[in-house]
Amino acid sequence: MHALEKILLHHSNKESIAQGDIITCEVDIAEINDLYLQVIKSFYEMGGKKVKNPDKVAFVLDHYAPAPTIQSADIQKKMRNFAREQDIQYFFDINKGVCHQVMPEEGIVWPGMLLVATDSHTTTHGAFGAFGTGVGATDLAVILLEGELWFRVPEIIRINITGELGKGLMAKDVILNIIGELKQDVAVYKAIEYAGSTVEALDMAGRMVLCNMAVEMGAKTSYIQPDKKTLNFIDKKTDRSYRVFETDPGFNYSQEFDFDVSGLAPQVAVPHSIDSVKSIEELQENIPVDQVLIGTCTGGRIEDIKIAAEILENKTVSPDCRLIITPASTRVLKEAMDKGYMEALIDAGAAFNTPGCGACLGAHQGVLAPGEICLTTGSRNFPGRMGSNKAEVYSVSPATGAASALTGKLTDPRQYI
Amino acid sequence: MSLIAGKAYTFGNNIDTDQIYPGRYLELTEPEEIARHVMEGADSSFPERYQAGGIIVGGTNFGCGSSREHAVIALKTAGVKALIAESFARIFFRNCINLGLPLVICPEITQHVEEGDKLEVNLETGTVNNTSKDRKIQGEELSEFVLNFIKAGGVKPYYKEKNL
Repeated sequence: MHALEKILLHHSNKESIAQGDIITCEVDIAEINDLYLQVIKSFYEMGGKKVKNPDKVAFVLDHYAPAPTIQSADIQKKMRNFAREQDIQYFFDINKGVCHQVMPEEGIVWPGMLLVATDSHTTTHGAFGAFGTGVGATDLAVILLEGELWFRVPEIIRINITGELGKGLMAKDVILNIIGELKQDVAVYKAIEYAGSTVEALDMAGRMVLCNMAVEMGAKTSYIQPDKKTLNFIDKKTDRSYRVFETDPGFNYSQEFDFDVSGLAPQVAVPHSIDSVKSIEELQENIPVDQVLIGTCTGGRIEDIKIAAEILENKTVSPDCRLIITPASTRVLKEAMDKGYMEALIDAGAAFNTPGCGACLGAHQGVLAPGEICLTTGSRNFPGRMGSNKAEVYSVSPATGAASALTGKLTDPRQYI
Repeated sequence: MSLIAGKAYTFGNNIDTDQIYPGRYLELTEPEEIARHVMEGADSSFPERYQAGGIIVGGTNFGCGSSREHAVIALKTAGVKALIAESFARIFFRNCINLGLPLVICPEITQHVEEGDKLEVNLETGTVNNTSKDRKIQGEELSEFVLNFIKAGGVKPYYKEKNL
């Protein structure tokens, strides 16, 4: 059995499970963000009165942090009221950051858990050996009612990554390279495990990027077998007891892929699809950039802001380009302050936002006008994702974003490191 | 319920939920307001030209991207009777089941249907009959588990009864 199957089995009342089975599992943590007032509406529409396990529910107000409109302010107000009335244990208001960063920071992600959230990027928590998966509002409302939800036991794909990353190359380049090769529907309704020496060498932030973007290949969840690095991180955040599940030798993966990233050049997903990926060396033409966003759940961690600060320290952002930085969490923001990265970036001309999802979903904090070109460290470049559907969004690493903000055009960061 | 007829509106592969329902409208919460922006990201003229009772036909990975249930609420409230695609993204598929929006997985459908064709969909058998072209296309049968929820109009009636 695979570790992910063992996690599902452990959370079910079955004695054995097989791929394709539909089983009901008890959920350890259900998490709701501020796009989903529908969760509360569906809860009441289904006759809900009391949330079954309020000690296993978290709200994170991150997509509209702080509220840019009356309508979003009203959604947040209703969520605060609901959480109060229902004695919800975890409530992270607009001062905390993106849920996928806040949840592990706050110690409510641990190996072997089943975490379900109203956000597709919940696959991120595979980096901690958790089974993390996204659902819609009504599924989440069912968990509030019942404490459990049905799941289909997925086939599992393994991606082996080996080779040493060159200077200036980041986990984002690795995952863009993989998505470009395997395409965005390779893992629909399946799970993806990452393994290999490159994965072992990555820090937790890099592993979170790989797992986060598994959903961009359609995956239901993602997994990296926990190692010392994982457990060091977890043990600093929580004193909860947990169990690390391991995959049995000889497990039969539905597919296996091998990637060697030695010599990989920075990768760029060009408009308007995350699997239209090119090496920066292939993009010879001059691509002027109106805005760079460094932030989101794939590019707003301290490691990302650090590399941006190193590239831009004592330099100035191009007058033709705006550099917007949205740290993934308030803890990240504070660390960036303490370490001087924030000062270096502000001096270079960057604008800082309140930690949260920011402009990534086109709601606020840096929305694009028709015809504008934006480089984002975010995970998506769908048409209209960040504002006008006549804008063009390229998805890149934080290093490529910072180097490009400096020159005002798409730029290979390796010359600045 | 198990036989659904309507006019086809066709789309390509990887129609993501930002195209079905753009992120800038996520703060809307009333179904009628949400429905006004259905498919606007894929085709800004769609909410205007769409006539209720149609069937949306897509390629592979229909509904990929964000988990927003607004996408399914928009389609359902706008009067989309059924979705047929070569494959569906997982969260979107679950959302359709939960809200009772009929759907059929039909791996070759885009080769056999053009915009405006008249279609008949048999949910029980997964068969699509293109009456404009006199062609029958066999899709996948839905599992009984899924079919029961879709026939019941989604999961809400089931839980409502349970919680009475």
